[in-house]
Amino acid sequence: MTTYYDHSTFHQDFLTKEKDITIALAGQPNMGKSTLFNLFTGLNQHVGNWTGKTVEKREGIFQSHHRNVHLIDLPGTYSLTANSPEEVIAREYILQEKPDLVIAVVSAANLERSLYLVSELIALPIPLIVALNMVDVAKMEGIEVNAAVLEAALGVPVVPVVATHAHSARNLLNVIEENIQNNFSNLKPNIPEIRADHREVLQEIKLLIQDFLPAVYPAYWTATKLLEGDSEIENLVKKCLPPEQWKTVAAILKEHDDSYLAIASGRYDWIGRMIRAAVHRPRAGQISVTDQLDRWNTHPVIGLVILAAVLGLVFWLTFTIGAPLQDWLDSALIAPLGKWAGTQLVDAPMWLNGLIVDGIIGGVGAVLTFLPIIIIFFAIFGLLEDVGYMARAAYVMDNFMHWMGLHGKSFLPLFLGFGCNVPAVMGARVIESYPARILTILLAPLIPCTARMAVVAFLAPAFFGKQAGLVTWGLILFSLAILVISGVILNRILFKGERTAFIMELPLYHVPNLRSTALLVWQRSLSFIRKAGTLILMMSLVVWALSVLPGGDLETSYLAHIGNLFAPIGKWMGLDWRLTVALLTSFFAKENSIATLGVLFSSSEESGLTQTLAATYSTATGLSFLVVSLLFIPCAATVAVIYQETGSWKWTLLNILLMLVLSIGTASGVYTLATLIGL
Amino acid sequence: MPIPLKTISLSELPAGEHACVISLGLGRGISARLTTLGFTPGAELTMIQNYGHGPLVVTIRDTRIALGRREAQSILIQRIPNDHLL
Repeated sequence: MTTYYDHSTFHQDFLTKEKDITIALAGQPNMGKSTLFNLFTGLNQHVGNWTGKTVEKREGIFQSHHRNVHLIDLPGTYSLTANSPEEVIAREYILQEKPDLVIAVVSAANLERSLYLVSELIALPIPLIVALNMVDVAKMEGIEVNAAVLEAALGVPVVPVVATHAHSARNLLNVIEENIQNNFSNLKPNIPEIRADHREVLQEIKLLIQDFLPAVYPAYWTATKLLEGDSEIENLVKKCLPPEQWKTVAAILKEHDDSYLAIASGRYDWIGRMIRAAVHRPRAGQISVTDQLDRWNTHPVIGLVILAAVLGLVFWLTFTIGAPLQDWLDSALIAPLGKWAGTQLVDAPMWLNGLIVDGIIGGVGAVLTFLPIIIIFFAIFGLLEDVGYMARAAYVMDNFMHWMGLHGKSFLPLFLGFGCNVPAVMGARVIESYPARILTILLAPLIPCTARMAVVAFLAPAFFGKQAGLVTWGLILFSLAILVISGVILNRILFKGERTAFIMELPLYHVPNLRSTALLVWQRSLSFIRKAGTLILMMSLVVWALSVLPGGDLETSYLAHIGNLFAPIGKWMGLDWRLTVALLTSFFAKENSIATLGVLFSSSEESGLTQTLAATYSTATGLSFLVVSLLFIPCAATVAVIYQETGSWKWTLLNILLMLVLSIGTASGVYTLATLIGL
Repeated sequence: MPIPLKTISLSELPAGEHACVISLGLGRGISARLTTLGFTPGAELTMIQNYGHGPLVVTIRDTRIALGRREAQSILIQRIPNDHLL
């Protein structure tokens, strides 16, 4: 705990005698903005969504100089023009909510590009302070930035920070406080101008619109956005202006429809003047760390080999460290807890005993044992992303993804799916084009998540003995092949083979920030535990209730009825009613199918269950069950986020239907083939 | 003064060569995104990786940008001979 801000106290009124302030943190992607946000707010942050948007909103609170500071993390955007929902959110927040101050995070390592957002922010009527981040990375790349010179040129404070060091945060907070005290009177922002040949037309538009705009939209800024071709602003102005006047404006805009180039050029000319004096390259021409690493990592052949090795390592680490931990949690924690609860409840009514031991501890406990695997997977993934490697992985996968009408960017969310399909579907947010985003979401449930892999890893030995490992790998590759084929076909049918533009920044490699990664893992684990405590708990109870009602006997339970109802379909795949029920319960959580089989064969011993299964079913049935388990409809949590992210029942239902047809179809085919060859 | 060179598409620029942007020739939306990233007429760039197929990597305004081949084909550039660089 440091002295200048304190994570542990929210409301210490005697400390906060000064007025509360709100600060918005703005910056382009890959500028270390989140690291800075985490440094200030620590665990005192809240992650939600911006109203009506599927864009993550992070806000936090901390104390500095005897006041509460509310920090809003604006979405990372390259500009403030309406190219994406993120950009609209960022600028609407600044204009409508009017924070007391905007901090623009820029990177010293690519100052020119990162000042582009500053050139837009500085024109807004909100005080601005620039945090010059990544000074250390810049040094590694042979770039030195003189903050004082930059500050003089911009006319607003420029504070060098290393977002991983607490003392630089204190420095930034001191500058902020100083400026609050003198009411930002020292800020003399140097505002960029449009290229000279467009100044007249800008003035003309400004005069035409200035009397009609809502107060929060400055006329000069709005006129600039109109010339940039910003569709949101166009709609706004159209609504505010008398129709005749709008016609005049629209005609001018049409005549100057390439003026976005003049505006961007004007901003880059301004940036050029800012950095000419401030940036110094004492060792120009040296081969940087990033260049050296990228020679291999982005190579079309070697890059793929490295990617394969990295992914192999991720899985190997996840399962060699995670699986024993999972076993340990199960045998040392969940099982004894169940036994203990059983003995405590020995005098309680049977139903209460069943509810707590089988329903709650059996259901939720089984799911919670996946936590170590999930934590390890997301920790490694988060580190790889923070280092800058994941962008390279996306790049080398671009060619391959094109077959499916996707591009490299879709690789990242799909890869996340190996951990859990929920973040995979949410991760599709990074894809700008709507068809590509929908296609990525539709394909995400085809990635075998840790829960499904655990089911396969548990059941495969029952049917294949020593060959289980090989069969498991084969099945995973098989489901990936199904994914590729589905992608190719869906792209043809739904999106007419449309191809989307691939434009992606490859950030400089840098040393990962453990604190940021830890926070990311913490947030993901927390949401997983929350899911286990709510949705999975509820579903476990429902399954348990259905399995004992009405008579307390499984064979005559509602669950058995449901199983019998679907038995004809099960028959195509060689499944009896018990396997069918197990499959159906996997909708609530994939790992439920094992728990259900455990209940149905009433054997609590895991080894007992595998032996029973091997004795009961043929290898063909076993194989068919493994295939259908891998490809069956997405779990309830995934369905919920698919609806949330697509905002449409049409896509959600289509996705469920797709998985249903794929899983039943392939499993029936596999079963028929396997029976033919006599398995 | 550099000798005037003919205009080629970005996808034809070999790795290690320098060029300046002439025009973008893409739809409005993609062009706007590219200008934001620094692809403005006259901006200098360096080809980092171009294997003649698949995506390519350029450095523009100190930033590495990966581009799909089709996007690169629509961007017109003019080569700057290495000895004209300062």
